[in-house]
Amino acid sequence: MAERRKGNAGKNPGKGAAEPAPVPGRLAVRKTYKLYLGGAFPRSESGRSYPVTSAKGDHLANASLASRKDAREAVVAARKAFGGWSARTAYNRGQILYRVAEVLEGRREQFAAQAVAAQGLSREAASRVVSAAVDRWVYYAGWTDKVAQVLGGANPVSGPYYNHSAPEPTGVVAVFAPQDAPLLGLTSVVAPVIATGNTAVVVTSEHAPLAAVDLAEVLATSDLPGGVVNLLTGRAGELGPHLAAHADVNALDLTGAGDLATGFEETAATTLTRVVRPGPESGGGEDAWLDPDPGTSRMTPFLETKTVWHPIGV
Amino acid sequence: MIFEYAPAPESRSVVTLRETYDLFVDGEFRPAEGGEYLTTLNPADETKLAQVAVAGEADVDRAVAAARRAHETVWSRMSGAERGKYLFRVARIIQERSRELAVLESMDNGKPIKETRDVDLPLVAAHFFYYAGWADKLRHAGLGPDPRPLGVAAQVIPWNFPLLMLAWKIAPALATGNTVVLKPAETTPLTALVFAEICQEADLPPGVVNILTGAGETGRALVEHPGTDKVAFTGSTEVGRRIARSVAGTGKRLTLELGGKGANIVYDDAAIDQAVEGIVSGIFFNQGHVCCAGSRLLVQESIAEELLPRLRDRVAKLRLGDPLDKNTDIGAINSAAQLERIRELTDSGAEEGVERWSPPCDLPSTGYWFAPTLLTGVSQAHRVAREEIFGPVLSVLTFRTPEEAVAKANNTPYGLSAGVWTEKGSRMLWTAERLRAGVIWSNTFNKFDPTSPFGGYKESGYGREGGRHGLEAYLG
Repeated sequence: MAERRKGNAGKNPGKGAAEPAPVPGRLAVRKTYKLYLGGAFPRSESGRSYPVTSAKGDHLANASLASRKDAREAVVAARKAFGGWSARTAYNRGQILYRVAEVLEGRREQFAAQAVAAQGLSREAASRVVSAAVDRWVYYAGWTDKVAQVLGGANPVSGPYYNHSAPEPTGVVAVFAPQDAPLLGLTSVVAPVIATGNTAVVVTSEHAPLAAVDLAEVLATSDLPGGVVNLLTGRAGELGPHLAAHADVNALDLTGAGDLATGFEETAATTLTRVVRPGPESGGGEDAWLDPDPGTSRMTPFLETKTVWHPIGV
Repeated sequence: MIFEYAPAPESRSVVTLRETYDLFVDGEFRPAEGGEYLTTLNPADETKLAQVAVAGEADVDRAVAAARRAHETVWSRMSGAERGKYLFRVARIIQERSRELAVLESMDNGKPIKETRDVDLPLVAAHFFYYAGWADKLRHAGLGPDPRPLGVAAQVIPWNFPLLMLAWKIAPALATGNTVVLKPAETTPLTALVFAEICQEADLPPGVVNILTGAGETGRALVEHPGTDKVAFTGSTEVGRRIARSVAGTGKRLTLELGGKGANIVYDDAAIDQAVEGIVSGIFFNQGHVCCAGSRLLVQESIAEELLPRLRDRVAKLRLGDPLDKNTDIGAINSAAQLERIRELTDSGAEEGVERWSPPCDLPSTGYWFAPTLLTGVSQAHRVAREEIFGPVLSVLTFRTPEEAVAKANNTPYGLSAGVWTEKGSRMLWTAERLRAGVIWSNTFNKFDPTSPFGGYKESGYGREGGRHGLEAYLG
């Protein structure tokens, strides 16, 4: 059963977000927007959907309204993918993230049109956002095999021991993507999580979830193993408490959780889940994410430091 | 010919105990507002050592205000080089007074003088010396071009390594320009109070370091005080959860170093004699009051029959008794409450059907003592394989394949430490890579160093102490 916000049902259906220009005499084929779980595109097990409107209030499409059970399935998929993804060489992860950039570049028009429709951006602004999103994937593709050298290294202990520290991914990260930055903001929070070998369960922007589903199609065709990124469209308020309390979620990125962040942080304390609180970008739209060099600050919260000792001797 | 050990007690004369100790706030010792005191005992004979003030909310207010004032007017404005010089000075005074501090620590904590003298105190001085050198080099720490101190840090530490945990908390906080209010554990407050004297002796500006003694309520008032910017806690996972919950929504930064149930994996190709030594130091160092203890021994099945008798022989040679005796290997359990926890959990193993063994061992008639204990026939479901005992009790499990060893080692909500014993380098690295723990000791165990980051995965907490990584917890 579809859950619909008051007043929207049946009103001016409009054309889908990234639907190509109409061809005279031809009925366009619209896209069904679904979840992205374990590399597949299922509908919500709950059968629910919700209408997504443009910045002007026109109906764009129906998105799946993910349920608690979908969230649990997403955590299972992310955990299953973690071993393989974290064991890939950093070089291989970099290749795959770069491939994401390549595929996204090839779909610039689709994403720009989506940004114009969903967010009401100008063509120029939309193009700038898409360019920055592509470049962000390139940026983190390059980080995959640098971060261990930047953050780790030899420790000169006072004794005959080899001692070395290196960062390792923390595990499954539940990401609450920015509400008002559905493409560049989303990319900026997801790419660092997976670049470092974590796997992600992402709760997308509730009101502008379509770009995330489009991005899932890019991820699905970039050799990214299924389950590394799982996308849930729906409500942070409904899904969040379960993800925050889930014992198999190792970290929360609360960037897009808004007023719910404190409650989620309290819940996460029970399992000592790592927490990233909403930062200065929150509420600033896509423009808040334009800095081309965000550095390591979005990677370090999802990394553990492992230190290995071994005696030196003959 | 059998040589007997003669008593070789370290002299207590180097320590001058006061009748009562007050709070150290704003550079001075002052009684608690509420006038309450608690008694700290020598756990080896249950004699009273001193009365120590119990800080209440008003005292916490005053200490936090003093720390804030010191941060804003002096400490954060001072050049890093000058801050560093204060810390070097503190390190030197600790070295000068190290025998006094070692004896006092053994008296208040119950741990052997061999350990306080040769492990705790050298590491304490080294930790201050190490972070002193960072104070004017923070721009080179890879934490941004202009890293800033957070402000006032609330720090709560446990009783197992009282002065070492103080050093782990205070040295990096001060080096980075923060000021601190620190609460030592209820049962081991004395060396922290001597450290307060050392701060005076070093002419450290008033308010930079404040020491509040007390029990759980004092700790709660401190970590929940709205006037601090940072909370750092080392202790039980249970209290860690409570602190994480109370810090939620406050914007305070938090680091937690919590419990563990470390696996010590011995492969069939290990050097057995070295492994036996490592197993013993892994669990019996500091009476097993070690969050990173190797409390679960995982032995490859094919060598279990060879290794266990040798382990028993070695454990039978451990000397338990007077912590101040230089030949003592195992001292006193720190408190009656901890002794009760160790007994309860160890008894639960017997009830669940594990086999319990201790060497013939005369326990002193007064004080808190627990004989070194091996539990065999332990399965992963037993409480003694899952819960942290925090005492001289080793649970022994076996495995057949490396995959099984790793799976069993990681089958815990904790992730602080683990050990690997093998002569094969590639197998060591393979295993270390798969263990989900913050510190991996291979062919060694329970080694610590100020340059080496320490801290846990999963429910063993978050953040690192030590090394360049340890600076991150105190810079914004």
